Amino acid sequence: MPDVIMGHMNVVTAKKLTKDYDSFRAVDGIDFELVRGEFFGFLGPNGAGKTTVMRVIYCFMPPSSGQVSVFDMDVAKDASRIKARIGVMPQEDNLDPDLNVIENLIVYARYFDIPKREALRSASELLSFVELEGKARTKVGNLSGGMKRRLILARALINNPELLILDEPTTGLDPHSRHAVWDKLKQLKEKNTTLVLTTHYMEEAERLCDRVAIMDAGKIVTVDTPSTLMRMHGGNLEDVYLKLTGKDLIMS
Amino acid sequence: MISLNLGRAFRVWQRNFTVYTKLYLSSLALNFVEPVLYLAALGLGLGAFVKAINGVPYIKFIAPGIIASSSMFAAIYECTYGTYVRMTFQKTFDAILATPINVEDLIAGELMWGATKSVIYGTIIMIVISAFGLVDSSFVLFIIPLLFVTGLIFAEISVIFVAIVPGIDSFNYFYTLLMTPMFLFSGIFFPLDNLPPAVLKVAFFTPLYHLVNICRSLAAGSPRVIWDIVWVLVVAVLLAPYPFRLMRRRIVK
Repeated sequence: MPDVIMGHMNVVTAKKLTKDYDSFRAVDGIDFELVRGEFFGFLGPNGAGKTTVMRVIYCFMPPSSGQVSVFDMDVAKDASRIKARIGVMPQEDNLDPDLNVIENLIVYARYFDIPKREALRSASELLSFVELEGKARTKVGNLSGGMKRRLILARALINNPELLILDEPTTGLDPHSRHAVWDKLKQLKEKNTTLVLTTHYMEEAERLCDRVAIMDAGKIVTVDTPSTLMRMHGGNLEDVYLKLTGKDLIMS
Repeated sequence: MISLNLGRAFRVWQRNFTVYTKLYLSSLALNFVEPVLYLAALGLGLGAFVKAINGVPYIKFIAPGIIASSSMFAAIYECTYGTYVRMTFQKTFDAILATPINVEDLIAGELMWGATKSVIYGTIIMIVISAFGLVDSSFVLFIIPLLFVTGLIFAEISVIFVAIVPGIDSFNYFYTLLMTPMFLFSGIFFPLDNLPPAVLKVAFFTPLYHLVNICRSLAAGSPRVIWDIVWVLVVAVLLAPYPFRLMRRRIVK
């Protein structure tokens, strides 16, 4: 009985997920579940495997072994159908420099087969959502770092995704821009979007995430709500993080 | 895992087309000036001494070959430099692959776009040389669909290179060791009959040689191009799996 219900509640289910790059094991047999409507965070040092997990979820690459299902579909078999319902905010800026702000959204909408009229309507709505209304015809190269991040967020929302993947969404942003992005993410959470985030900012995870998984060397060290982790280990989330990760880094 | 969907591939083609229509004036002008310079410099300059080859005035001899070379350059530059920049510096591929588009769709879109550029640039030269009265037959119009096929071959070879080169500088090897010799020894500027037979044998294995034959014969009104057409169709199909296989390996680690 619980399996049926859990299967329906889970947006992502990973069992024994392992990913190897040649001889390097980036992710080492991890299990996790993302429940519909939750904001989930992956924390961990560089190289812990967070981005790899994101990339497997959005079907950029298949797992080397283990099973990952998204919306009850297998990432190795149903990539296109899964990706149609996901939004991705990648770590690096990959906006299309040959296109202006609104064209970036319109061309992206075409990849989802969204009809032009609808794409134009969502694009202008999204531009006002991320407060870039006045920039529709601006070249992407002329946007500030914060504006680019917001445009990438708008682009990730063009298909009205049920699951939004955020790989270090605020890295390199000034405090105002960071708060602007946080506000938008909170609004999405209120609309019952499932969100999954990687970040190096513990404050960000503490503010946004319902649950966090702390990863180290390809494994999940612990999964819980930030408040439970802080109660169990003492201190703030950063203290918990430092206590649980990077042992091999300090040793070497 | 091959999951090619032509509708999705078209979206990639369409992205490149959209960007192209924003910049086409500058790129069209550049791609158009060079072949016309060759035609003028060699056709008029060298033509003053060479007079005629096989009874054909020299400028008329080389003109159809310029259709072929121009279409070749268009596909090769698009699918080496252009594809590489989209894949690495601009990370356009990463952005596209986060949508329902899969690697196979993406590569098919890039190849079809390269072939389309072959058609555009070859056709422009065809119009120009026709306007100069250097074409005898309306058979020349049959070249247009064939430019798509040969454009596909040039695009396939280019994308294979993109998939295996360590960096953007490596394309110089491709241009110098493959493209330029092909350009010079495919019968555009002189018939290959008078050269050592080995040259003709090597030329037979290059797509440009067959495209030059096709263009020259059809421009002159001769339909004897069946074997050249068979050659390009077969090679376009035989090469097809490799850009997909190699690019998947390069992009999806």
